Amino acid sequence: MTEQLDAGLVAERIAEDDRLGRPSDRREVGRARRRKEDARLLTGRTTWTDNIQLPGMLYVAFLRSPMAHARITRVDVSAARARPGVVAAYGGQDLAGEQGSLPCAWPVTEDIVIPDHPPMAVSEVRYVGEAVACVVATDRYKAVDALEAIEVDYEPLEAVVDMTEALAEGAPKVHESGNRAFTWKFAQGDIDAAFRDAPVVIDRTYVQQRLIPTAMEPRAVVAATDGETFTLHSSTQIPHVLRVMLAMTTGIPEHRLRVIAPDVGGGFGSKLQVTAEEVLALLLARRLGRPVKWTESRSEGNLTVHHGRDQLQRIRIAAERDGRIRGVKVELLADMGAYLMLVTPGIPLLGAFMYNGIYKMDAYDFTCTGVFTTKMPTDAYRGAGRPEATFAIERAVDELAHELGLDPVEVRRRNWIAHEEFPYTTVCGLTYDSGNYEAATDRALALLGYDALRAEQAERRARRDPVQLGIGVSTYTEMCGLAPSRVLGSLSYGAGGWEHATVRMLPTGRVEVITGTSPHGQGHETAWSQIAADALGVPFEDVSVLHGDTAVSHKGMDTYGSRSLVVGGVAVLSACEKVKDRARELAAHMLEASADDLEFRDGSFTVRGTAEGRTIQQLALAAFAAHDLPDGFEPSLDAETTFDPDNFSFPHGTHLCAVEVDTETGESRIRSYVAVDDVGSVVNPLIVEGQVHGGIAQGIGQALFEEAIHDPEGNLLTTTMADYLIPSAADLPEFVTDRTETPATSNPLGVKGVGEAGTIASTPAVVNAIVDALRPYGVHDVRMPCTPARVWQTITDAGPPEASGPDETTDFGPAQTPEGGAR
Amino acid sequence: MPRITVSVDGVTYEEEAEPRLLLVHLLRDRLGKTGTPVGCDTGNCGACTVTLDGRSAKSCSVLAVQADGSEIVTIEGLARGQEWHPMQEAFHAEHALQCGYCTPGMIMAAIDLVRDDPDPSEEAVRQGLEGNLCRCTGYSNIVRAVRRGAREMARRESHQEATTS
Repeated sequence: MTEQLDAGLVAERIAEDDRLGRPSDRREVGRARRRKEDARLLTGRTTWTDNIQLPGMLYVAFLRSPMAHARITRVDVSAARARPGVVAAYGGQDLAGEQGSLPCAWPVTEDIVIPDHPPMAVSEVRYVGEAVACVVATDRYKAVDALEAIEVDYEPLEAVVDMTEALAEGAPKVHESGNRAFTWKFAQGDIDAAFRDAPVVIDRTYVQQRLIPTAMEPRAVVAATDGETFTLHSSTQIPHVLRVMLAMTTGIPEHRLRVIAPDVGGGFGSKLQVTAEEVLALLLARRLGRPVKWTESRSEGNLTVHHGRDQLQRIRIAAERDGRIRGVKVELLADMGAYLMLVTPGIPLLGAFMYNGIYKMDAYDFTCTGVFTTKMPTDAYRGAGRPEATFAIERAVDELAHELGLDPVEVRRRNWIAHEEFPYTTVCGLTYDSGNYEAATDRALALLGYDALRAEQAERRARRDPVQLGIGVSTYTEMCGLAPSRVLGSLSYGAGGWEHATVRMLPTGRVEVITGTSPHGQGHETAWSQIAADALGVPFEDVSVLHGDTAVSHKGMDTYGSRSLVVGGVAVLSACEKVKDRARELAAHMLEASADDLEFRDGSFTVRGTAEGRTIQQLALAAFAAHDLPDGFEPSLDAETTFDPDNFSFPHGTHLCAVEVDTETGESRIRSYVAVDDVGSVVNPLIVEGQVHGGIAQGIGQALFEEAIHDPEGNLLTTTMADYLIPSAADLPEFVTDRTETPATSNPLGVKGVGEAGTIASTPAVVNAIVDALRPYGVHDVRMPCTPARVWQTITDAGPPEASGPDETTDFGPAQTPEGGAR
Repeated sequence: MPRITVSVDGVTYEEEAEPRLLLVHLLRDRLGKTGTPVGCDTGNCGACTVTLDGRSAKSCSVLAVQADGSEIVTIEGLARGQEWHPMQEAFHAEHALQCGYCTPGMIMAAIDLVRDDPDPSEEAVRQGLEGNLCRCTGYSNIVRAVRRGAREMARRESHQEATTS
């Protein structure tokens, strides 16, 4: 539909030079194709869930707990029920018999505590914002109006806000069983030996503040039923997983439940969830026999969309005096919030194998304790565990460099896996298949003008410029392409990590690709078309990609964890290859030749050495007509694949950030930002660059601006976009991005994934830069977000640089060993 | 209940509007103009930006009754038939959108910005779009797109002047 509308325009634009380079041949893969998705998004013809209007539709609004922790002693909805336009009003008790418990699919240990999690609180609330009652009315204003008529009596209980206090003896309990959800350990090598008599030990604690994912589209749900079957539209990243989990939770048979993720306005992990509102909307539609819609307000969303990060990280590095790392020890407290949601406990574990980063070492030790508090549960947020791990190791390696008086890049060089050592099995047991850290780093240093900036830094230090310059380094890798199902099984995850694709050859030669991935901004319709166009030799415009509706795409594991291309894209390629195999058999029959004598080029099978051939379009029509097929050949070229990867993929890169810090106001200004990423082979450089840009911005958001703040009573203080600051255009610089390319060896496309790279890399790059700027002031850490107030306070707390002001004998000189030895 | 008359994307509507009804809800829920989305409830995100008598306005921060007698253009009213507005073209060409939720507001705000500053610098675009938040793109491509769209708007305008004079 959109392609027809814009056919002329699209063709015109494709004709223009691709800003990011032309392909060397006619291949689609590698081209900076403008996106197929754009037309509807640019013209306002999008189907956001909240756009959906169904006949007789009702609107639900939720009354939410104003207390972080309380016993519910009475709920009276009768006055609300009597309000005009109100069709129904319920408290948790009214739904207790059928609402079940929200699922946790990742019981990380045998003895993990998974508390009952009713979608609507029945007897106790455990965070501010938990739903305690609802009103269903004929329009959204009437539903919200009637909430004020509901009476709820609470018996306040003590809030549990701080993780460390939560684990203390005698702390008030979030759940009867206590505040410890689990403790998970992982150890490799002899960690005691690594730390025994270590010439240098770095011991640091970092706070990963709580974040609010803040996808631009607030969540929305529309549930409908004809009495037999149920359809749920939801602003979700995971229509397939959601269908399975809702069937299990509500008892609605899976085959009578259809889940549709229409256009979805961003997710970043926050829509990788089975939410209370999805379950309740479905139950209300079933109970009332009418469609029910719920759309959250932003302030409701800040309270009740799962939060991200919120970890306390102690990291210790044992190293030789030349900077070589012996071993790394990590102790983590991870705030689960009040309940364990879909993958809450697994998030810190996704970082468990990443605290060694890109470095070689002999020993590693990791412990994570999941802690309950009376706050909104945490769960996946862009990077999920890996940004936390990368932040800790990259910050700590900078501390190691400082301790030894070495350049931070040099310390990294002395420890990283050299390009000729791949494939390399790390201390954590992961096999990094390919990479070239030297190439990415050298390129980044050149693009930033590293040496010149270091010279300027020395000059500013020498003249005690109140605006100091800092340079931050972050060399990261991540494990993407979630995931080999067997590995997920070994980590007690509740499902596999495969992905599905179907390729349908239509009689007219057009192609439908059905994917189990569920894009919400990533451009799969474009990228999958490029892959299929190359594989089948059909025009890019002749491919449509269908997704996000379980009635169309019946099977999938959806989109998160930088998995879509690496698993789902490979599935598309594999299904195309199967189509081609069938087409080859049919072509051989029609051309009366041996299949081995056929060659396939540009969409045609030809008999080697002759001009005789059949196009794949002709073969599609022949299969449809089915008049003359080989014996036993089913009249179809269609094929499907379910692909399960053998290994994760390991994108990597080097991000460098130059920050000017005004020591008098505490304000940090990013002067330049360079990212050189290696995400393997690239299908669409335009999309890759966009993912990197957006990722960097989110990582900078964590470094400089974002924090979900609770008061001691557990009230969230950052409930609006005026209080919880995501970066605006005015807050960010232009990014300089480039790529190096070492193809993944673990999949035929050579791809590694790019969705999370920027977010993982950028946070430590920025904070390292700020700390680097402030070393002469005796500052060795600044807690995130590094707001002006906090930077200023940190400088002030560090005391005067020296009695006579900063001088060459402190850190104002060039990098030298300041004191040496273990801290 | 107050009766209001508004023109939206060239169509005149006469509606009864409760005094508290937000313009964006009038557009979305009553008139079916769902191209304009809602991203927040504090006027920070700008996703709901439309033009009200030629100037950009966040339609979540305007009451429907305040728009009485006004001419409103939304993202749905920008294209002329098959031909997109230069700013829509530029956003497509520069890959200035990912999920696309902020895009309608971003484009409407950008057009108003260019009206005031026909050839905005990078800095001017960044400052000018401070009230429109995007979570996907990191803004680099949006800045490029707005400057590209501005150039194309100027080119078309001068072309139009040349052909009409």
